[in-house]
Amino acid sequence: MQMLADVTTPEIEDVEAIISAKDVSVFYGDKQALNNVNLDIPANQITSLIGPSGCGKSTFLRCLNRMNDTVFGCRVEGNITLDGQDIYAPEVDEVLLRARVGMVFQKPNPFPKSIYDNVAYGPRIHGLTRDKDELDEVVLTSLEKAGLLKEVKDRLNATGTGLSGGQQQRLCIARALAVQPDIILMDEPCSALDPIATARIEELIEELRENYTIIIVTHSMQQAARISQKTAFFHMGEIVEVGDTEQLFTNPRDDRTQGYITGRFG
Amino acid sequence: MNGTGHIVTSFDTDLTEVRKTIIEMGGLAESQLEAAIRALVERDSELAQQTIEGDAAVDALEHKLDNLAVKMLALRNPVADDLRLVISALKIASLLERVADYAANLAKRVIALNKAPIVRPVSTIPRMGEMVRHMIHDALTAYSKQDVDLAYDVWRRDKEVDELYNSMFRELLTYMMEDPRSITSCTHLIFMAKNIERIGDHMTNIAEILIYQVKGHGPEEKRPKGDETSTTMITSDELGVGQGADSK
Repeated sequence: MQMLADVTTPEIEDVEAIISAKDVSVFYGDKQALNNVNLDIPANQITSLIGPSGCGKSTFLRCLNRMNDTVFGCRVEGNITLDGQDIYAPEVDEVLLRARVGMVFQKPNPFPKSIYDNVAYGPRIHGLTRDKDELDEVVLTSLEKAGLLKEVKDRLNATGTGLSGGQQQRLCIARALAVQPDIILMDEPCSALDPIATARIEELIEELRENYTIIIVTHSMQQAARISQKTAFFHMGEIVEVGDTEQLFTNPRDDRTQGYITGRFG
Repeated sequence: MNGTGHIVTSFDTDLTEVRKTIIEMGGLAESQLEAAIRALVERDSELAQQTIEGDAAVDALEHKLDNLAVKMLALRNPVADDLRLVISALKIASLLERVADYAANLAKRVIALNKAPIVRPVSTIPRMGEMVRHMIHDALTAYSKQDVDLAYDVWRRDKEVDELYNSMFRELLTYMMEDPRSITSCTHLIFMAKNIERIGDHMTNIAEILIYQVKGHGPEEKRPKGDETSTTMITSDELGVGQGADSK
């Protein structure tokens, strides 16, 4: 008889880690938010970070582009490398780092500027383009990649905040793409969106995977299951389990993971 | 965590309903088999008829389970052990439905056999039947207690059933060669033995599914196999030997 899906030996693509976190601990003042977290993020894959509120998943995400530096009293210990380079080394320019490691937030937050200027903002401040034609090119390509160009090409000068929630989120993704990042961090990018807008973003994330590495924090188990190749489960500032998404959702190794994803966590 | 209830308690109610339905189906299938064998031993055509009619109840339970499982997959999006439980229940239900079909078929053949004179080797069938009924019983106990060890025990036991079936098969061929007038009855008996042997196979399947449900992977050993009848030939030279060895 044919056995049921054999998930004990999942086909984990042997991909090199683009980001590697070793013994990362984060403190907000006296309070420890992350405790010795180790995680390798494989290139050109989608990695989901899941876990209950306050588990440290967003804190971890924000370590990856040094967003925590902006939080008063926040201290990061341990080692995080991007392509083998320590991102917390003194010589690292965190503005450049954040161009390589872009971020999309829970609530779409376009600038109160035109659609065009929203996308052009990054290339302008980083001086990525030589002239207007090149900038036009970057803006249009970024909007195209973010799946938004068709909908907005006739109103590039209209204000970004006038778009629908899903469109605004795609505009924010276009804005992140415009500075040619390698990695895109997403902190619950769909939580403010309806199912159709969510599906569009998920489809987009899958397409982007080809050229970018994506790390996404999500409260939706089904979203993690649908889009990611790798899932890490955080609990109380630690990674309880990390593995192939299919395996984690069919046969988790740790009881705490099982309890959380099946909705038994008290 | 594992073992404790879901935060959404109606999810637990549904899961309990799935388990209860499987156990109820299994109980019915077991008593259907038991009744068919008793009808054979006691040459009771009325009991056989009741057994045939009893099949509908198992079908109805399978239908109920299918609906419940589909509803849960659609509405609750089960994952991990919950997902394995629902998927396993779907598969186990369809196997139990087959078991009840085999029992009904046994009963039909009892009615046919009762129209002819008694054939000697009928005693091996009840023995096989009892063995397999036990397997159903233990498979269900394993299911209700999530007992992997017992599931492995059932899984290994199928080999004995196969061996009994092999000897029964040879024995019946021998009878038919000896006395062609017994061919009709013996053919029915061979089909009956085959049905029982298939039920044993299904219990092995259920044991495997249960091991998967609990452990997240199937049995690590290779499945024991013992049915050799597909390649068995008996020549007239063997006739005396087969008769001497098997008529106990």
